[in-house]
Amino acid sequence: MNVSSVKGSMSISSSTSTWKAGDTISDQFPAGLRVLVVDDDPTCLMILEKMLIACLYKVTKCNRAETALSKLRENKNGYDIVLSDVHMPDMDGFKLLEHIGLEMDLPVIMMSADDGKQVVMKGVTHGACDYLIKPVRIEALKNIWQHVVRKRKNEWKEFEQSGSVEEGDRQPKQSDDADYSSSANEGNWKGSKKRKDEEEETDERDDTSTLKKPRVVWSVELHQQFVAAVNQLGIDKAVPKKILELMNVPGLTRENVASHLQKYRLYLRRLSGVSQHQSNLSTIISAQDPTFGSLSSLSGLDLQTLAATGQLPAQSLARLQAAGLGRATAKSGIPITLVDQRNIFSFENPKLRFGEGQQQHMTNKQQVNLLHGIPTTMEPKQLVSLRHAAQSIGNMNMQVPPHGAQNSQNNPLLMQMGQQQQQSRGQILVDSTINHAPRLSSSMGQPILSNGIATNVSSRNGIPENIRAPGYSQTPSMLNFPVNHASELPGNSFALGSTPGVSILTSKGAFQEDVNSEIKGSGGLMPSYDVFNDLNQHKPQSWELQNVGMAFDTSQHSNSLQGNLDLTQSALGQQGFSSGQMNGHNRSAAVANKAMFSTGDVKELGSAQNVNQHLNNLLVDNTIRVKSERVCDTSPANIFPDHFGQDDLMSALLKQQESVASSENEFDFDGYSMNNIPV
Amino acid sequence: MERNPMRRQLASLRKSLFDQGYLDEQFMELEQLQDDANPNFVEEVVTLYYRDSARLILNLDHALERRPLDFSKLDGLMHQFKGSSSSIGAKKVKAESTLFREYCKSGNAEGCMRTFQQLKKEYATLRKKLETYFQLARQIGPMESANRPK
Repeated sequence: MNVSSVKGSMSISSSTSTWKAGDTISDQFPAGLRVLVVDDDPTCLMILEKMLIACLYKVTKCNRAETALSKLRENKNGYDIVLSDVHMPDMDGFKLLEHIGLEMDLPVIMMSADDGKQVVMKGVTHGACDYLIKPVRIEALKNIWQHVVRKRKNEWKEFEQSGSVEEGDRQPKQSDDADYSSSANEGNWKGSKKRKDEEEETDERDDTSTLKKPRVVWSVELHQQFVAAVNQLGIDKAVPKKILELMNVPGLTRENVASHLQKYRLYLRRLSGVSQHQSNLSTIISAQDPTFGSLSSLSGLDLQTLAATGQLPAQSLARLQAAGLGRATAKSGIPITLVDQRNIFSFENPKLRFGEGQQQHMTNKQQVNLLHGIPTTMEPKQLVSLRHAAQSIGNMNMQVPPHGAQNSQNNPLLMQMGQQQQQSRGQILVDSTINHAPRLSSSMGQPILSNGIATNVSSRNGIPENIRAPGYSQTPSMLNFPVNHASELPGNSFALGSTPGVSILTSKGAFQEDVNSEIKGSGGLMPSYDVFNDLNQHKPQSWELQNVGMAFDTSQHSNSLQGNLDLTQSALGQQGFSSGQMNGHNRSAAVANKAMFSTGDVKELGSAQNVNQHLNNLLVDNTIRVKSERVCDTSPANIFPDHFGQDDLMSALLKQQESVASSENEFDFDGYSMNNIPV
Repeated sequence: MERNPMRRQLASLRKSLFDQGYLDEQFMELEQLQDDANPNFVEEVVTLYYRDSARLILNLDHALERRPLDFSKLDGLMHQFKGSSSSIGAKKVKAESTLFREYCKSGNAEGCMRTFQQLKKEYATLRKKLETYFQLARQIGPMESANRPK
């Protein structure tokens, strides 16, 4: 079938005009669809080619993944869809899938004789738009054009959305997320109907197929620039327009950036989801767009994340924090900025995890350790800073706010965080990066969710308070890092007085969202404190997760909340909070937070985002309430009531961490260096 | 004409291949892909299969000589072989491949070796039958080489 390949290549330009132009599509479509098929088995390749030609597609075949990639890169807009085998000698099919998604943003269909659930799931999590079991029948190939249309529609939608909601990129992304089938709950704050929304959205568009959208090929360099810009802005604040400005690439449109950002977030989410899945948890995060799978690219980012989480020297961390904090001189802004910084890292983490998984694990592990090292006697101030750090870090790990009461709740989170760090890293990061600080919390929650550790979940719920008031006193154990680093964080004293509450709440809310159904006991998942930052500096190896876990109240008991709040208050108080304010508002906050949960399922990080938003709204009220809460200066010991079987949680958490850490052998930074991340 | 008996013979040969379980529906898929533009498509594919899979058989033979057996590698090789075989509809060969992989997963060396021998037999038998089939088909002529079930 040389003819077909020749035709395929020759027809690329013509088919571009025919298919992409849109006008003639309706007549011929899906005829002329430009398919690139990759399979190392010549027999299968020959058969597939013949079948695709019979479907009137323009076929190009490759027997090696590298060849396919170079073909795709040479002719960026020359293909509409890719069919790839899973098992190939030179490159794993999933890796190719990631590359393609990341660089070219083409729909990819995986094929394999292997129909095992794990493999199929892997396809889903890596963002394949379909998975065909071999031997492939022609009927299956007749409909592959639907994936192209669907993707176009989604892109078009993104285009529209990104244009209209640039500022609030949190919100608009919902639909975009929904488009990417997977559970982009982020965007579904209303209802986390991933599929449904997606379908609804696609239904709304009638002519996406006719939309002529120039396809931007995201090369490695371009993606690095993108990531650098995102990191610079902070995942929460990474709005397509700003990213575009930062990148300063001629010819790149905001829509391109928006859609890429979408994928990036999904990818991160997926990473965390993958790791979670690996841990045998039902993958909550169905981020399916793993376009950002190229590990290489991530490696750079991951490194940073790792650094952030525990490997970065205190200085860098401080720098980051400063950057984050500096950005948000405004009180309210601080938490978020910090988060943003962290988020960046978190992105990397997920990536690491995804590809290599190990590094993240490592990082997570470290973080976990850090927690152990958190002195129970963390000063509120420290706690606050920790909180900030945690928030900014966006690392779920640390997110568990050491709030006193909350700690108990958070602890589970922490514990999970530790465990999930590796997994959730990605997730958390995604969450946090995606939106704001609240995200972090959500992301934190996510890991928990995925782990299915009730404690985590619960901690989330009850956390709203935690978030706000860095019940450091309580969490000291939990957030070893934060405490230590608190001092390092320039913005420690940021807005605790006023905004912290808000931000905390937000993060809490985020957590809650994430946790939502699953979180029961833990309730106070650590608010998205990017404790990592702190951790990095601190680097206590002994993660006092246990303590933390203990401290976490499994449910949103007002009591626990109260305790948390108390802690936070004290922490806040030191920071400047009017301690008197936070009294008894725990409940209200909790309630508010709870309300937030109901608003949306925190299916995945995505939903967390939404939640965060809601949370923010609620937080405003809560903030006030929080402030009024009294933060009791409960010593860590007190804070960690044995709400949860922390011991169990801890051991489970630790085990997870260990297992995760052990996998870090292949950290592979082959593409993106850390340079991308502005520190 | 004189083609009729040959056509009948071809049809009956084809039917027996299906009835005896040597081929499955996938082979029919290939037949349906055959058209005027590619009148010998099925034969070409099968030829390609036997050429390419010979390499896999060789690798499997070598891998089975090692001691101890590397089941994971064997499984991987057989996975490829199975994919290839299933794509042309080689039913019995595919069944043996599946069995072989199960023995690999359970670490049953003897089962693997026994199954592999059986697999090679089926592989060779099918080859002979298909060669006969295609020879006859070529004699009849491209348009009538495959008796497609309507």
